[in-house]
Amino acid sequence: MKKSIEIRNNQPVALDAIPVLGYTDFLEHNTALMAHKDWHCINYFGQPVNGLIRLICCMANDNARTIHVNVALVNQSDQLPSFTRRHFSFHIFEREIHESLGIHYTDHPWLKPVRYPWYRADLNQKIENYPFYHIESEELHEVGVGPIHAGVIEPGHFRFICNGEQILHLEIHLGFQHRGIEKLMIEKKDLLSRTILAESIAGDTVVGHTTAFVNLWESLSGFTPSPDLVQARTLALEWERIAIHSGDLSAIATDIAYQLGSSVFGRLRTPIINAFQTWGGNRLAKGLIRPFRSRFPFDDTLAENFSNVLNAYWPDYTEMFDRMIDLPSVLSRLEKTGVVTREQNLQIGAVGMAARSANLERDVRKSHPYLGYHNINHTPVLMPQGDVYARTQIRDSEIRQSIGYARTLMQEMPKPSPQNTTINPPAPNTLIVSLVEGWRGEICHAAIIGDDGDLALYKIKDPSMHNWTALALAVRNNEISDFPICNKSYNLSYCGFDL
Amino acid sequence: MIPELKILFHQGKQYIPDVTTVEVPGIFSGRPVISTLPVDITALCAVCPTHAINADPAVSIDLGKCLFCGECADRFPEKIRFTKDYKLGSNSREKLIVHEGIDQPVGFDPAKIRGEITRLYAGSLKLRQVSAGGDNSCEWELGAAGNVNFDMGRFGIEFVASPRHADGIVITGPISQNMAEPLQICYDATPSPKIIILAGVDAISGGIFDNSPALDRTFLSKYPIDLYIPGNPIHPLSFINGVLGLLRAGKKK
Repeated sequence: MKKSIEIRNNQPVALDAIPVLGYTDFLEHNTALMAHKDWHCINYFGQPVNGLIRLICCMANDNARTIHVNVALVNQSDQLPSFTRRHFSFHIFEREIHESLGIHYTDHPWLKPVRYPWYRADLNQKIENYPFYHIESEELHEVGVGPIHAGVIEPGHFRFICNGEQILHLEIHLGFQHRGIEKLMIEKKDLLSRTILAESIAGDTVVGHTTAFVNLWESLSGFTPSPDLVQARTLALEWERIAIHSGDLSAIATDIAYQLGSSVFGRLRTPIINAFQTWGGNRLAKGLIRPFRSRFPFDDTLAENFSNVLNAYWPDYTEMFDRMIDLPSVLSRLEKTGVVTREQNLQIGAVGMAARSANLERDVRKSHPYLGYHNINHTPVLMPQGDVYARTQIRDSEIRQSIGYARTLMQEMPKPSPQNTTINPPAPNTLIVSLVEGWRGEICHAAIIGDDGDLALYKIKDPSMHNWTALALAVRNNEISDFPICNKSYNLSYCGFDL
Repeated sequence: MIPELKILFHQGKQYIPDVTTVEVPGIFSGRPVISTLPVDITALCAVCPTHAINADPAVSIDLGKCLFCGECADRFPEKIRFTKDYKLGSNSREKLIVHEGIDQPVGFDPAKIRGEITRLYAGSLKLRQVSAGGDNSCEWELGAAGNVNFDMGRFGIEFVASPRHADGIVITGPISQNMAEPLQICYDATPSPKIIILAGVDAISGGIFDNSPALDRTFLSKYPIDLYIPGNPIHPLSFINGVLGLLRAGKKK
């Protein structure tokens, strides 16, 4: 009997075509795949059906460009052995399943709340009583930061256990931003509302998350976007990467008190996001990506405008970055700070830029291509050392790479063509998984269409779901004063995690 | 030192000389204008995902609910048009409602501005920002308001790290249940007199999240709101002009 069904990014599959395994088999099969680095879990979640819980596990093979899906049916009252005990990277998925559906795991090492959703299985779990890890000691002290931080950023609580200036352990407690997006996606019936919800998952990844939703919905509808639409969306994804990476370099410079870099990178971001406004009326590209159409076709005038923006950006950017990275006082703060090794990244299931900073190739643009990435022979940027310096260098290299892609995409922009008018209603009892490489990393949206042909389940995974654990590991044995720079080097999403 | 000076020279002047009159680039979706042309009212109202469009008796758009998605203008271009006017802030919730046939700035209600705001904060206003379920877009733009381009620090307006140093709080996001208590604690820690600014559609009305069981907006019913700044997200110029409007409009009383 087949243990799983093989699908591709954005390929709908009938629910009854997915092999249903006994839980033990389900656990053995999926966790055994993790022995090879080509495999990782892109989503694992549960859905209540007829008094049972249907567990759905989606494993990606990055080399074969496939996604393998299988299912197990369990009772809510079952006491289950955990995947996490076999491979730690499943920890966040099982915590989420436990929190929202009440499934109990007998041997999960870290079965803590994820985001305190309003629909949590145990309403006695209160956010003010988060069960922090604690060490009894006369020598150690704890430092609590948040949920409200000193800067203009989102809320989350960081609890450090320190030995003097040195961090022994950091626990990251999130959930403060929970807005109930996954449920709202189902309750709101009109496509515009759902698209706007996707835009609001993380306001710094508007293009990334909206593209994941739009690709998913268009695939469900049997709709093939015209070449110009495909090209424009690909350009928007790369443009978002240039914008945020520039801003992140500013934030890194700020946290090492390098004022010139802070100001220059900050202001270099401005023309990039203003170009989004020129394109679609919004600096963060809200309203730009819409299913089945583009309200703002990318015409020759825009191409010239965008090209001029890059021409002006390039000399200022390279001059600033090359200078910053040449300063011993800058390098001494970045090098060997916040190291997370390749093995650790593999263990926690890190994705995107964070994984690539430690020589772990995780890049959906190459491994599970979508939109224009079928035609771009994308080579992910890898850095060997996994420290703050690597995560700084990777931003620089990716800015340069994305500028190259953006220029090609603009030059070769196909002429606007009429959109395909085939829009079918989604087939009932279907599952689909949509992967997009946002600037942070792997975004995964998964949807189940119910009997009635409408959304029955919508699951969103921001790359931050995996990568917050990387930050917790990065600061170990570092000075607490290096926490901000470690944090900025990841720049993870609170709302994308809390949903 | 020489490379740094070269960089400074190459950067030139980056600040916007006059943030109250500068024109924004491109096709910014700012204050809408509604014509008196008759259209299918039911269809028009149905377009809006947050029910910001009302047609009883005449067509109006509530900027406190508007996501500036532009869908209405796209479907009814002869009826609704979004202008590049970024001065969307007001101290009056009613003034956020744009009426059919009236093309005038949102503006302030000077009579409603508390005297101490004008007296104490006109030259220096320190603010604590609280993101309460915000999606990091308004937070981003608030950060940008202080960068070298927009430079709101020149007006003495700054974000501070502690509520104890603040003259007021700026709330972004629809106020999640999970942030309700921290928000209250932050407000209580701010010394009086203090102001409350709601930045962005999510904070003003809940936006697309309105009626989500994950929200707890009771905080807003307890205190007077001094300034509403619409946007999704707010534009830095909307924020700066909104705050300047609040600080300056009271002087005209």
